[in-house]
Amino acid sequence: MSTAGATIGWWGVPLAVLAGAIRVSTPYLLVSLGECITEKSGRINLGLEGVLIMGAMAGYATAFATGSPWAGVLAAGLVGAVFGLLHGLLCSLKRVNDIAIGISIMLLGTGLAFFLGKPFVQPQAPMLSSISFGFWSDSTQIQSALQINPLFILGAVLAFALHFAFRHTRLGLQVRIVGDSEDAARALGYPVLPTRIVATVVGGFLAGVGGAFLSLYYPGSWNEGLSSGQGIIAVALVIFARWEPLRCLWASLLFGGASALGPALQAMGVSSGYYLFNAAPYALTLGILIASWTPNRALSGAPGELSLVRQ
Amino acid sequence: MLTKRLDRWLPLMESVGIPIAALLLAMLIFAIFVAIIGQSPATVFYLLYQGGFGSAFAWQNSLLRAAPLILTGLAVAIPAQAGMVIIGGEGALALGALAGAVAGVALSGLPPHGVQAGILFAGMLGGGVWIGLSGWLRHYRGVNETISSLLLSYIGIALLNHFVEGPLKDPASLNKPSTRPIGDVNMIGNLPGMEVHYGLLFGALFALVTWIALRFTTIGFSLRIVGGNPRAAQMAGLRVGWWVVGAAAMGGAAAGMAGAIEVAAVQGAANASVLAGYGYAGILVAFIARQNPLAVIPVAILLGGINAAGGILQRRLDMPDATVLVLQGIAFVVIIASETLSGRLRVWRSTPAPVKPAIPATGASV
Repeated sequence: MSTAGATIGWWGVPLAVLAGAIRVSTPYLLVSLGECITEKSGRINLGLEGVLIMGAMAGYATAFATGSPWAGVLAAGLVGAVFGLLHGLLCSLKRVNDIAIGISIMLLGTGLAFFLGKPFVQPQAPMLSSISFGFWSDSTQIQSALQINPLFILGAVLAFALHFAFRHTRLGLQVRIVGDSEDAARALGYPVLPTRIVATVVGGFLAGVGGAFLSLYYPGSWNEGLSSGQGIIAVALVIFARWEPLRCLWASLLFGGASALGPALQAMGVSSGYYLFNAAPYALTLGILIASWTPNRALSGAPGELSLVRQ
Repeated sequence: MLTKRLDRWLPLMESVGIPIAALLLAMLIFAIFVAIIGQSPATVFYLLYQGGFGSAFAWQNSLLRAAPLILTGLAVAIPAQAGMVIIGGEGALALGALAGAVAGVALSGLPPHGVQAGILFAGMLGGGVWIGLSGWLRHYRGVNETISSLLLSYIGIALLNHFVEGPLKDPASLNKPSTRPIGDVNMIGNLPGMEVHYGLLFGALFALVTWIALRFTTIGFSLRIVGGNPRAAQMAGLRVGWWVVGAAAMGGAAAGMAGAIEVAAVQGAANASVLAGYGYAGILVAFIARQNPLAVIPVAILLGGINAAGGILQRRLDMPDATVLVLQGIAFVVIIASETLSGRLRVWRSTPAPVKPAIPATGASV
């Protein structure tokens, strides 16, 4: 027990959980916001898992080469955007299934990241530094809990911005109409395919940045086991969030908390069932999907053109 | 007459020609990638061939990898007949391995053939229940089967790791945590005259039986109706839920059997080594084979060869072992994108014979 812990007593526990939730939720948040934009336009990109890994690798490699973690974040986003563009263009071909293309991009991204990332497993790249919101307190525990990473703040701001944009801007309306009804979009003169391609590119960019968070902040290294399905869970989170950016934020935080539970219990000395605790997020996702999906009825809030929810 | 004959072959040309053309395009893109990173494409392709199919030893290696790939390919191809995209083969394989290992130890008093049958059956049951659950969730709860099968897959892998390193760990397995061994006498042996175990034959038989059932019985027809139009199937009196769950469960059973065979013919116990990515590679196998159970066999052998050649690339050219993953990823993307060409090969399609002008056109009046 540290002396600092004694000064704030049991308040340290919820603080630690909150800090853990924010830290673990960041990749979920960024990927789910990206996927939310893509799905709003009527397409699903399951390839974001591969994009996430590719972004983690590209971000780490660029940060190592340039010495700037922010250059890494940008590179990760750009690589993600390129993969998004690939997905967007290929899905625009007739008879090409967006789910199948997503699975293939998942494998391609993973393979490329493992191949190109081999030389970067050992060297240490500069990390993103966090922003300290605990300067007002003397307690080291509060200070460390309020070390908030900048990408989470960006993601949270983006969630509010997207919430506003989908409701109140012309561009948001365009994405929503294209996603709800191709015919209506055409009748109103909105370009369907370009809108979807751009939405997928933006989604890929955000997923790439989410990958950079994994390699440049937490856990903060590059190796082949870095991602454990965050890209896929984020896709499911968007369904749980009913395609609302703000709910993506809350859902990601919930998931961050659930994922932080395993390490927290381990720290308290619960050592058995390590793998089962690690599987908790998957089971939680599945449970939420089962609870939120109802048969023979469209999901409320679902974009009408989304193949995922059409039976 | 010629066009008529071509007409009959058109579906075959489409289903064989397009994937082959796509694979060639993928190889071209891969060659460019190899050239960019400073290696000779010719050398890489030569080594891929050498490592996969260049010698009897290479063939054995490829066939050993093809055995589980046939089954994990079927894990995708069978549910696809009913319109489902299942990608959770790796988790079904993990649970199949776990169930097989448990059965193998539990039945150890029986004669070897009985033990082996029990292992395979338990494996099929384990994988079948797992992916069948995905089908059940799709039909009765409306949950998308692609996402649910992948989530179930992660959970299945976690369960294998948990039991292998926890409750079912053999205290004697120190370096590599494993369940208790099923015993040498109960191991599945090799095919006569080859260094390849019977798993290859089991996989091929599974594929053949599936193909016959889909092609020559009403099973295939029913599945296609269920996949194409569930409402019409319901009106035709088909029990849609039964077919959806059944197709998913059969796919899972194939992947589970792959896990059980890895235990009974290779590892001798369940451990993390069975998780070699066969479940994920099976997705690619099924898509290249265009979900045809019979075509899964040669595609699995081809992919097994490419996988087997990964090691030789690493040794000879010092290329990362993920090189073959890159080739597979490129091939996968190109194959899926080539779906856009299906039904468009009208170049050969017979059009109504042009009416010959009664009077030959005279001179170059045009």
